[in-house]
Amino acid sequence: MTKEELKISVTELLPSASFEEGSEWTTVLTGPDGWDSFARQVRSAPQLDFDYLFCVTAVDWKTHITVVYHLTSTVHRHTLVVKVKLDHDHPEVATVSGIWRTAEFHEREAYDLMGVVFTGHPDLRRLFLTDEWKGWPLRKDYEDPVNMIKL
Amino acid sequence: MIEEIGTTEQGELVVNLGPQHPSTHGVLHLVVTLSGETIKKVEPHLGYIHRSIEKMCESLSYRQFIYVTSRMDYLSSHINNHGCALCVEKGMQIEVPPRAKVIRVLMDELTRLASHQLWWGAMAMDVGALTPFFYAFREREAINDIMEETCGARLTMNYMAPGGVAFDLHPDFQRKVKDFLAFFRTKIDEYDELVTDNIIFQRRMEGIGYLSSEDAISYGCTGPTARGSGVSCDIRKSVPYEVYSQVQFEEVLETGGDCFARYNVRMGEMRQSISIIEQLIDNIPGGEFLAKTKAVLKLPKGEFYSKVETARGEFGVYIISEGGTTPYRIKFRSPGFSNLSALDHMARGHKIGDLVAIMGTLDLVIPDIDR
Repeated sequence: MTKEELKISVTELLPSASFEEGSEWTTVLTGPDGWDSFARQVRSAPQLDFDYLFCVTAVDWKTHITVVYHLTSTVHRHTLVVKVKLDHDHPEVATVSGIWRTAEFHEREAYDLMGVVFTGHPDLRRLFLTDEWKGWPLRKDYEDPVNMIKL
Repeated sequence: MIEEIGTTEQGELVVNLGPQHPSTHGVLHLVVTLSGETIKKVEPHLGYIHRSIEKMCESLSYRQFIYVTSRMDYLSSHINNHGCALCVEKGMQIEVPPRAKVIRVLMDELTRLASHQLWWGAMAMDVGALTPFFYAFREREAINDIMEETCGARLTMNYMAPGGVAFDLHPDFQRKVKDFLAFFRTKIDEYDELVTDNIIFQRRMEGIGYLSSEDAISYGCTGPTARGSGVSCDIRKSVPYEVYSQVQFEEVLETGGDCFARYNVRMGEMRQSISIIEQLIDNIPGGEFLAKTKAVLKLPKGEFYSKVETARGEFGVYIISEGGTTPYRIKFRSPGFSNLSALDHMARGHKIGDLVAIMGTLDLVIPDIDR
């Protein structure tokens, strides 16, 4: 599907979605409500068939946190980027690890380094850092005078 | 947090494999739950070499951050650097000179060969054959010598720069690469005679660690791991960068989905890499090797994603720029991270000795996973 066709299909599934212009791929902006069912639909709809989640990124924008999902289809070879905007102090979003199993690790990483809570995740623990670690290192306001070297 | 040693209530034994274990090829820690010798669950514990490279890159300039990425997948350092350089070039719309494009592809393929050679030796060693390890290092040494002459380094190359490559090729480069290919062509047949056709080796590999194509996609596997399950995912074919669209090569696909299929994909890829190098080595265009760029690089506000095919799979670089001289947020999508997530699924029901074979065919590089 072309970018325009993708936009039409996405709007049918999620009327509240808005789009971001100027990037390489079709980029959808949405909130945490309804992301779970929308994810299920883009995965199962045969004309979309986004079966491959290749990247999950959490970004701290100081006022809010976005989780960016990069999806592609191995059948149709089209790509969709979904940005879910979350509250800065209590970032919470439904897990998609039941839909794409790769998300289990990616979401644990986002939790570990950015503090995003994925509700319904089967095993949401720190991935790289120790369980006793305080704070979320990739956030912009994170300070650690002991372990971090200022470059 | 599960009990890390001892027995579970069901009488299953919990064994720690690593972080200091030769078969994990680095500091990977696996907590394995066993019933007798049969694997019930594998849980990777990561982070022993986590350096928070993504955070570090936020305070490095667009020229500097490429150097750090050599330390992720250190066996594919050229290709990591390449992915980052491509992403910066995409953002700044820098046109890379034709000479640099060909040099980059040559370096990428030599790196792929060197990486697969090391994997081949280590793979055979994992299942009990020690001699191939020394054979593989003998051949890899020749590539390292070629790299050393041109790049000044043998492991962390830092050769690709935004706009091209940092220095021109060494005058001996073409001759030495041709000598190496002539030498290695005979050796790769020897590899097949020694290991691939070995019945003991085949018994250790066939039917072990099955991964269906649906699972490979769902777990986000890429590279030889996914291609061993018949998933076509080669970035060099699907989104060709540099001169990959102009050279003839095949995407090696196997449908077995087991360890032997993944092994055969890598063996096939070595032959394809030789073919790519042969097509390009006499056709390196003249001219500039580095495009003229400003001293200080500033990416416009926006988001840029580029991906390349490393020896382990898809390596993605995602830069979010606010218009400054450093990235606002950078994300590295490393192939080993996603491939590792399928390990538990692949290993369940097999014997503990097979776990080492399965890990071997995933070709894990731990700094690439931990970042």
